Amino acid sequence: MPSKDIKMNDSFNLQNNLSPAKRLKAFDWRNYIVYIAFVGVIIYFSITLHDEGFLTTSNLLNIARQTAMISIMGVAMTFVISTGEIDLSVGSITALASLTAALALQAGLGLFGGIAAGLGTGLAIGIINGLLITKVAIPSFLVTLGMMGIVKGLAMWITDTAPVPIVHSTFNFLFGSGDIGSIPILLIWTLIITIIGHIILKKTAFGRQTLATGGNEMAAKFSGVKTSKIKFLVFVGSGLMAGFAGMLYAGRMHAGRYTFGEGDELSVIAAVILGGTSLFGGVGTVIGTVIGSLMIGTINNGLIIMGLDVSQQMIVKGLIIILAVAFGRKTLKK
Amino acid sequence: MEQPLLSMEGISKSFNGIKVLDSVSFSLRKGEVHALMGGNGAGKSTLMKILTGVYQADEGEIFIEGKKVSINDTEDAKRNYISMIFQEFSLVPTLTVAQNIFLTREPKNAIGILNDKECIAKTKELLKELEVDINPTDIIGNLGVGYWQMTEIAKALSQNAKILIMDEPTSSLTKKETEILFNFINKLKKKGISIIYISHRMDEIFQICDRITILRDGKKIATESCDEITMETVIQHIVGADLDKAFEWKERFYSIEGTPILEVKNLSSGTKVRDISFRLYPGEILGVAGLMGSGRSEMVRAIFGIDPIDGGEIFVKGKKHTIKSPTDAIAAGLALIPEDRRMQGLILQHSVKENIILPILSKIKKGVFLDERKANKIAEQFVERLNIKTDDIFKTAGLLSGGNQQKIVLAKWLANNPDILILDEPTIGVDIAAKTEIIDIIRELADSGKSILVISSELPELLAVSDRIIVVHEGRVVKELKRKEIDSEEVLQHAIQGY
Repeated sequence: MPSKDIKMNDSFNLQNNLSPAKRLKAFDWRNYIVYIAFVGVIIYFSITLHDEGFLTTSNLLNIARQTAMISIMGVAMTFVISTGEIDLSVGSITALASLTAALALQAGLGLFGGIAAGLGTGLAIGIINGLLITKVAIPSFLVTLGMMGIVKGLAMWITDTAPVPIVHSTFNFLFGSGDIGSIPILLIWTLIITIIGHIILKKTAFGRQTLATGGNEMAAKFSGVKTSKIKFLVFVGSGLMAGFAGMLYAGRMHAGRYTFGEGDELSVIAAVILGGTSLFGGVGTVIGTVIGSLMIGTINNGLIIMGLDVSQQMIVKGLIIILAVAFGRKTLKK
Repeated sequence: MEQPLLSMEGISKSFNGIKVLDSVSFSLRKGEVHALMGGNGAGKSTLMKILTGVYQADEGEIFIEGKKVSINDTEDAKRNYISMIFQEFSLVPTLTVAQNIFLTREPKNAIGILNDKECIAKTKELLKELEVDINPTDIIGNLGVGYWQMTEIAKALSQNAKILIMDEPTSSLTKKETEILFNFINKLKKKGISIIYISHRMDEIFQICDRITILRDGKKIATESCDEITMETVIQHIVGADLDKAFEWKERFYSIEGTPILEVKNLSSGTKVRDISFRLYPGEILGVAGLMGSGRSEMVRAIFGIDPIDGGEIFVKGKKHTIKSPTDAIAAGLALIPEDRRMQGLILQHSVKENIILPILSKIKKGVFLDERKANKIAEQFVERLNIKTDDIFKTAGLLSGGNQQKIVLAKWLANNPDILILDEPTIGVDIAAKTEIIDIIRELADSGKSILVISSELPELLAVSDRIIVVHEGRVVKELKRKEIDSEEVLQHAIQGY
């Protein structure tokens, strides 16, 4: 081989022994904008809302509870967006899954019946999405836009818009209402899903192939990556996690209801993009997504404590999202 | 003598201290079709980029109708009646012919509402004048490629272009479309439009051009009238006498007996691959020559399972394989270094390491997880073995030079240890130093027992590495030559031109 040992990469060796100063220079703060922004938001509210109890444990745990569903769906959405696709149906899936789980429990199918109904709903819709996108080759935006309407319609139709109460206390405890010690079970679920998602994306061949598919689908295909299979699986995962989020809504509210998860798809996508995942695919981070979700939740929480009304909250939230993404962009136009 | 419409005098241009154009002069008469020929890297496209304002010359002057002009951007070029007809056409496929021709210059009324009627009428008039049979209201995407080009030309002429530059205009056209285009060019000549015609196709040039200018290594070798020069002379001028030392051929020894490692029988796929058969033996380097559009790249795509195979059979080590996807091809022991490394070979925003390990992810697992340490080790090994110049394996692939990017693509496939390597234009857009390195790598791979199929438009390179060469023309293998039997590039040139 023409490795020409001596000539071989002087620069390579040199760069390996970067001085600390140079290392710092190589550090691109833009990659960490969401973490910086998150810390900034916490510090800001800690100071301005100190007397109103922003920094109390109970308030912080409350934020964790409120953001759990968005975080969990965000983990799966990170994979979808990393392949360069989008899933708009997740909000509607949570609504339908909360109802199917509630109905199964009401019918006396027991805890596992309820879980199977909730997860099964998400899984089935995820499979249909995946098949339409990969086999029929319809763009994911259109498939999931259509599915968003269909599933929402089903959720309204199935009980004629009536909520279905859940009296199964174990279900309610496990999926939303419970605390273990003083730790809300929703926080535990968020942690578990985040860790699993992070490991799959960063440490497995599937994760690598997901990023490759979104980075350059043609090159990935040329490299033997089964890009259709990858895309199918990320939609199945997204559906499944939306179903799971639906169960968490149901357990938290002790009921299934068609209004659950309304508009969640946009919050989820915002969390993913805010976290640093590229809307065009190829770059993705699960941890970033969850921090993004927590940041949106924290802003919400802080604004409520500040006494801003809903209209003002929406404006401030929108501004912060745009600013964070704008600062995070690597290619700022001159 | 009549004053030329365009004359470029003493044009020189260097990139990074390397002279790519050395005092080149070029002139174009009114109503003339002037061919510009030369091998890859001869300086044709740089010269044209200077004429269209993409680059600025370091030295030299440009005159239009005897007046000195300075062309600093494409707007200047337009102002000086110069228009490039793009190979990858710059038309919007979803708009009509008329909408495309008047894009950004649409006739409007006083309050800015588009006047479609006038737009269509003007287009009709224009097309009638050019004697082109296209309906102004046809959607571009529904027309054949041949008509796209004519629309593009009509668009240029409606902007008062007098000098058209056409780069390999027939490469994506059928024979019939080519004929129509040539008729059209003849009409343009009569109207006094001048055309600079860049092509490798000798027969077409002798059919349509008035004069030929040949460049080699950034220097003008000759400008001759087509009536006074023979094809032999042109080929000699293009090739030159002295070939680079690195490109010297060395005879290699391998056995051509026994079972071929890859055998393709009567392969057909799409419209470009009609009937291709060949055999590749273990340890052999088989060169594939052919013009752009001859079907050579499409052949590779079919073999690798990217394009569907319509007919024919593929045998690997004597066993028949049905290859329906790249995954099947990889499983059969094949690897493809594709023609367009930026689009097909690399994920540019990912690191050197991520790119190298992509095809072998399933082989570097520890349980269900990726073995990062092993991955790093493999990536580092190949960076060293192929002398890839990068700060470290975590550097973004898109930031490296063309030659180093190509080596990443090579590394990626070598890591998978294939039996058969297919390289499509392995040195395109690569500097000369990296080029010789890549040629060395190809030779050493074959010496280590790999079998290699090399497709290239660069004949010196093809002659340097190949043990045998097959020539593809219009989707068929028209000739097979042992390297020993080829004593000059001219022989191969003739074969490629279809003689």
